[in-house]
Amino acid sequence: MNEFRAMTHPRTNSRRRVTTGSRLPVASPARRNRPRLHLIRWVGLGLFGFWVLVAIFGPMLAPHPMSAFVSDEIYGGASTANLLGTDYMGRDMLSRILTGARYTVGLAIIAALLSSLIGAGFGMLTVLLPRWIEECIRRVFDTLISIPSKMMALVMVSAFGTSIPLLILAAVLSYAPGAFRIAHSMATNLATLEYVQVARTRGEGKLYIAAFEIMPNMIQSVLTDMGMRFVFIVLLLSGMSFLGLGVQPPAADLGSLVRENIGGLSQGALAVIAPALAIGTLTIGANLLIDSLSTSRGSQKE
Amino acid sequence: MRNAIPVLVLGRLSSSLVTLFLVSLVIFAITSMLPGDTAQLILGQFATPDQVAALRTELGLDQPALLRYWHWLSGFMTGNLGMSASNGVSVTQLMSDRLPNSLLLAAITTAISVPLALIMGITAAMRRGGAVDRVLNLVTLSMVAVPEFLVATLAVLLFAVKLDWLPALSYVSTVESFGDFMKIYAMPVLTLCCVLIAQMARMTRAALIDQLDSAYVEMARLKGVPPMRRVLRHALPNAVGPIANAVALSLSYLLGGVIIVETIFNYPGIASLMVDAVSNRDLALVQACAMLFCSAYLVLVMMADLCAILSNPRLRNR
Amino acid sequence: MQGESLTVRNLEICATPLGGEEHSIVNNIGFTLAPGEVMALIGESGSGKTTIALAMLGYARRGCRIAGGSVRLGETEILELNAVQTRRLRGHRVAYIAQSAAAAFNPSRSLMDQVIEGALIHGVMDRHSAQQKAVQLFRELALPEPERIGMRYPHQVSGGQLQRIMAAMALITDPALVILDEPTTALDVTTQIDVLRAFKKVMRERGTTAIYVSHDLAVVAQMADQVLVLKGGQEQEQGRIAQILEQPAHEYTRSLLAAARPDAHLSPPETARGDELLRIDDLQVGYGQRDRNGHPDKVVLDHIQLRIDRGQALGVIGESGSGKSTLARTVAGLVAPSRGAVQFNRRELSPTLRGRTSEQFRRIQMVFQSADNALNPAHSVRRLLNRPLETYFSLDRNVRRCRVEELMDLVKLPHTLLDRKPGELSGGQKQRVNLARALAAEPDLILCDEVTSALDTVVGAAILELLVELRRELGVAYLFISHDISTVRSLCDDVMVLYQGECVESGRCEEVLTRPQHNYTRKLIGSVPELRQGWLETCQWSTQTEASAPLV
Repeated sequence: MNEFRAMTHPRTNSRRRVTTGSRLPVASPARRNRPRLHLIRWVGLGLFGFWVLVAIFGPMLAPHPMSAFVSDEIYGGASTANLLGTDYMGRDMLSRILTGARYTVGLAIIAALLSSLIGAGFGMLTVLLPRWIEECIRRVFDTLISIPSKMMALVMVSAFGTSIPLLILAAVLSYAPGAFRIAHSMATNLATLEYVQVARTRGEGKLYIAAFEIMPNMIQSVLTDMGMRFVFIVLLLSGMSFLGLGVQPPAADLGSLVRENIGGLSQGALAVIAPALAIGTLTIGANLLIDSLSTSRGSQKE
Repeated sequence: MRNAIPVLVLGRLSSSLVTLFLVSLVIFAITSMLPGDTAQLILGQFATPDQVAALRTELGLDQPALLRYWHWLSGFMTGNLGMSASNGVSVTQLMSDRLPNSLLLAAITTAISVPLALIMGITAAMRRGGAVDRVLNLVTLSMVAVPEFLVATLAVLLFAVKLDWLPALSYVSTVESFGDFMKIYAMPVLTLCCVLIAQMARMTRAALIDQLDSAYVEMARLKGVPPMRRVLRHALPNAVGPIANAVALSLSYLLGGVIIVETIFNYPGIASLMVDAVSNRDLALVQACAMLFCSAYLVLVMMADLCAILSNPRLRNR
Repeated sequence: MQGESLTVRNLEICATPLGGEEHSIVNNIGFTLAPGEVMALIGESGSGKTTIALAMLGYARRGCRIAGGSVRLGETEILELNAVQTRRLRGHRVAYIAQSAAAAFNPSRSLMDQVIEGALIHGVMDRHSAQQKAVQLFRELALPEPERIGMRYPHQVSGGQLQRIMAAMALITDPALVILDEPTTALDVTTQIDVLRAFKKVMRERGTTAIYVSHDLAVVAQMADQVLVLKGGQEQEQGRIAQILEQPAHEYTRSLLAAARPDAHLSPPETARGDELLRIDDLQVGYGQRDRNGHPDKVVLDHIQLRIDRGQALGVIGESGSGKSTLARTVAGLVAPSRGAVQFNRRELSPTLRGRTSEQFRRIQMVFQSADNALNPAHSVRRLLNRPLETYFSLDRNVRRCRVEELMDLVKLPHTLLDRKPGELSGGQKQRVNLARALAAEPDLILCDEVTSALDTVVGAAILELLVELRRELGVAYLFISHDISTVRSLCDDVMVLYQGECVESGRCEEVLTRPQHNYTRKLIGSVPELRQGWLETCQWSTQTEASAPLV
């Protein structure tokens, strides 16, 4: 959070230097900064929104079925027939990206939602439960958080083989603990605040306190955190697909598209660059959006 | 109260050990919860029941899970990690061949990225709100969200395909000149550094700005302390804990990044060994690699915490 | 170096809130100080007093900008200096003493290092003579172990000592002008008196010109020659201290003077004593592990005995760390006592919240110090007031609506505020909502924990007035916790003085506060600055204990 808040004080130190007694024109750097902040937000929203729309409508808009062989040329460049060229088997890249984006965005959204629900849910719950259960839950999540996400996914894939439910499970096991940690520390901090103590001395039950005194004050942070988790999960799942251990053919997410066309890299094939850039723009867009949203919220509080 | 630091340090060490033990339990549980039979899996569908039974005995699969866990764990203590199922070589052997390569890659990356990130973070904090800070902010904000393989692909495209400075995706096994060295390490290190530097620089900047906003830095300013001295003598000593934390957390991220990078550049390290093991479902090797990575991660996080404890002036100057 | 004259003309300072338009926060301020004189800037929070004081150093905080005017120190026009010249001025010719010494010292550097840093940077003297001078200043400021205290780190010395060390840091270069920014506000009164004395002595001896920022007129009366009264960045009145105290010309100054001593015009209502409401016998509260005899590791309160009758108000006075808040929290059930029990309505209360009945919850209401934290920022005022009505009474929706409006009338808030969130209210309004919520339960006893301390004096005085009125009209009893003797005097019938967790004296308010028997009570009362000049010189109390006691 501090990191975000730091961005909200955009004035330089040197600017505080005082000039002569005459009045200066009112041109504060803070004011100049505002459009820039909005620009970042709009760029982020644009990129992220674009990919969400692609995930929803992409398969309908695709000019070809994703596994149709449309060209004899492999690793073909951009042409009017194939706007993003063709892949290693002569399939239309545009269609494949439009279809594959649904996996990348959809799986990540599901996994992020589940992670945050589970993490924040347990985080809230520990406030209600006895101390020793809270300790146990904390211990479990602390253990899970000590296993790097890719490690978790690799170990699970090696044991059970890859499948879409398993990938989601791996992502949730990796990212729910972080969501728990944040929600838990927020909830325990909020629980010590005076308005919660007022509610306790009023004789309110724990459930009321959790649902109506604590929850409304942490929901925004939980949502921001979920956005961050979405970005991480996109990176994790496309990384797994890139290693050939994620989404399996004939289905393909953007990561698998990069992998299957990696052979074209030495020729600078569009087929490998386009899906890689697609993932990049999705995650950068989401990150910019989250950052600018949490920045402006931080400044409202001040 | 005088011995608060040893107590805290010991507490932190033992808590790491407990976590490592629990992690090993999780890893073992996942890899032995197979719905099918590992022996069947290894031998394939056409194995005779006798063969499967023989392998089960050989692998110790007919023993209860808790006992197997104990054997596995004690194997770790003694360095006996079992045999690789796919090529019949001992896991220890396989890993010790590859480990130095990975460590070298990590060392070079760390040596380059940490100083660069610190300089970038400190510069951005000092020039807060200025053009440099804004550009750095935008660049790092984008870079932290970029997948490694995008950086790697773009690097190959630029340096190998367009500029033809470096060979694409090839590995030279003997290093005879600086040129060879560059050929091996330039692109993997560049790829790893990109994300790493962005992360560390952001966290360093945030940690430093936290201190620069404090009352004592304002006081120093009102004593006429020049800006450079304010940052280096006043703010930085108090930001050591958070910055160490940032560095350690980012380096632990390196563990994830190295998996992709070693694969994409065909680099013979421990991570690519693990990816192959996962593809071959070579569980003994996967377990061992996973434990190695998790231990490395825990050590890094623990070192960050120790740094924070040791740099706390209230604890240090009792 | 002797103090120099200071002339401020037409000072304008602007601020740009994030996402807002730049606006003026300090307007057309001007004053003149002769060498060696002390000017007090007095006003409430947001009056711009600190902003003006910092402008004397050519400094404006982040988001602020000195937009115009002139600050002339001796022959130097401070606002026309460039960055390097300004830096040479700060900590050399103009020095600053901040409000919170604990925050203004760098935790990771030794005190001596920080005290002499200014002198070394500006090349005033070498390290050895700077250290000697620092020790000399420590001695003059009556710090214990002057030769060795510099080797310590900020967290190793007490708040009062730290504040004096900061004075040494400011005076090390013999500045022509010293800015003191609420230097004693964070201290307890018994500590404050020594710090004030030390400040006054060293500044008088050196003939330093000074700006003294404060909200406390009584403190200012001891320290200043001139006063500038501020409100919302505008000058309200300016004059010699004697004139301001005796013949305030401006309405606002008069209200400040009245608010400074609420007991002058406010007194507890005459109420008939009812039955016993609350009784505590030999109470002990502590934290941590208990030993074999059931004694906790750290005892916060011990041997506490008190009784409150229906409709009566008991004031509990003590300094920070005296355990007074813990007493309220114990009665409320938030902290379980380690020995003794609380009798309410002649029935023993459960030590924890768990065993209490809804009726007991209703009859005892707690009002916390900071209304910022006591009101859930996510709920509207209506919701905040509705909730106790829902919990304790089964009322028809329309009746409840009327009741909420009645409550708003009771605490004198307009109904238009009902749909606002706490974040949109002022500090005083929030505290009134806080009170209204307690009143909604129609309690017999309200536990007030420093309810006026976080507020500006005028706002706090109004809240106090409201409390007196509610007592008179509703006959509610108070356990009123405060560090401020005059607020207790204006509200309470009985008083109890706490010192380090034990009651040192208790009895009728006028009895205890006018003829204190215990030494500590006498010191506590004697240390409260009086609203007249020359009090500091005649006051006999001093915290000699602090100097002789070993350092923390």
